[in-house]
Amino acid sequence: MKNLLILLVLLGFTYILNAQELLDILENEIPTRTEYVTASFKGTRIINGHSIENRKKGILEFLISHRFGKISTGEEQLFGLDESNIRFALEYGLTDDIMIGLGRSSFEKTYDGFIKYRLLKQSIGEKKFPLSVSLFGSVTRKTLKDYLPENKPNFNDRLFYTTQILIARKFSESFTLQITPTYIHRNSVQIDDDPHDVFAMGTGMRFKLSRRMSLNAEYYYTFNPLVSRDVTNALAVGVDIETGGHVFQLMLSNANTMVEKAFISETTDNFFKGNIHFGFNISRVFHVKKSKTITPTDY
Amino acid sequence: MRFIILIFWIVVINTSVFAQNKYFTKQGYISFYSHTPVEDIKAENNQVLSIIDISTSEIAVTLLMKSFEFEKALMQEHFNENYVESGKYPKANFSGKILNLEDILNGNNKIAEIMGSLTIKGITKPINIESKVIIEKDTITLKGKFMVAVADYNIKIPAIVRKNIAEKIEVSFILTHQPYNR
Repeated sequence: MKNLLILLVLLGFTYILNAQELLDILENEIPTRTEYVTASFKGTRIINGHSIENRKKGILEFLISHRFGKISTGEEQLFGLDESNIRFALEYGLTDDIMIGLGRSSFEKTYDGFIKYRLLKQSIGEKKFPLSVSLFGSVTRKTLKDYLPENKPNFNDRLFYTTQILIARKFSESFTLQITPTYIHRNSVQIDDDPHDVFAMGTGMRFKLSRRMSLNAEYYYTFNPLVSRDVTNALAVGVDIETGGHVFQLMLSNANTMVEKAFISETTDNFFKGNIHFGFNISRVFHVKKSKTITPTDY
Repeated sequence: MRFIILIFWIVVINTSVFAQNKYFTKQGYISFYSHTPVEDIKAENNQVLSIIDISTSEIAVTLLMKSFEFEKALMQEHFNENYVESGKYPKANFSGKILNLEDILNGNNKIAEIMGSLTIKGITKPINIESKVIIEKDTITLKGKFMVAVADYNIKIPAIVRKNIAEKIEVSFILTHQPYNR
């Protein structure tokens, strides 16, 4: 009787083993494939500057950004909220790897156009690659009439060019780091000692706090700053909050501008003296084209 | 001692002799569909792995969450990042038993009753599925659908999109198995 019991237990055991065995067979049959790392950053911006992320093909994003006045202005200015710079922009994914954008900033009445190309993608699996690399180029045109009528500058004098190589690695589900070598060319300068070519190095990171929130930080170090103004390096900390089709980014930064040539090379406020600006980026995403059509199957 | 050897052989035979009777696919199809008055969400996966052992009536199915494709690219990212957390839980599994396989193989029935357990996001729940069975030459095709309650698998839907995502998702499958020779 006892032996029969053992036999039954063992047969039951082999049944369980068998079910597991089937799953094990499937496990071994899963083809090795190349898997691209997604969501290194949630938005196309880390805070002020661009991240390696693009909007995918057919996605149109309407982006509204604000940077308020200095918090250190105190209660009279409601901690800076009385004044604000705004940039609004339309940004669009031409392909999964190329996106373009057009924006207008109230600061110096600036127009900007950019193109960003996702050159290399971090991947795991069959073909491994440790980094994501994007190339970024923008042209900015200042249209503020801050000159005397007789000194009217020509069109080219008011152009600025920014070129960046964005290099990022998602180290884990919750941590991504980016470095951003930057070259800014200024067609015209205020005084002869100001450099026409400004070089800077940006660093940025994202730390995921929960499924829908992350803590971001960003710092741009300028190697040859302008001398006509008392400029500092741009530092920003912020949070990303994601809800469905929106990403909200709230930040504190010593920069009050939102285009590369301005916040990287023209920031004058000192973060550690309390000259901090509160700000936000809000985006609304529209799917202009479906990335794939799924026809329901009939059973 | 002799008895133990006997048991050993029973175990060995039990697991190995029937090993020839497996049917397998790695291009199975599973889609899911969430319907609400606000929005319909569809996704499909054409790389589903499935295996049937007709000697034991057992079936196992596995798929990679990241292989689900959506109509909207951003939805796919949200699905993987926020809802099913496929970085942490890359796979969904089903393993179970076809209760009336003998009847079906004898041609007396075309609807399989499958009892088993479904694992999504590391959570395993029992589930019963009815499936059409089509046997042609040497292929066995299972076709059917079942409902999954997202709350059962710790998939949290934030209040702001609660009207866009159904509480119960319809999962459809077409799994065409071929003899497995390995």
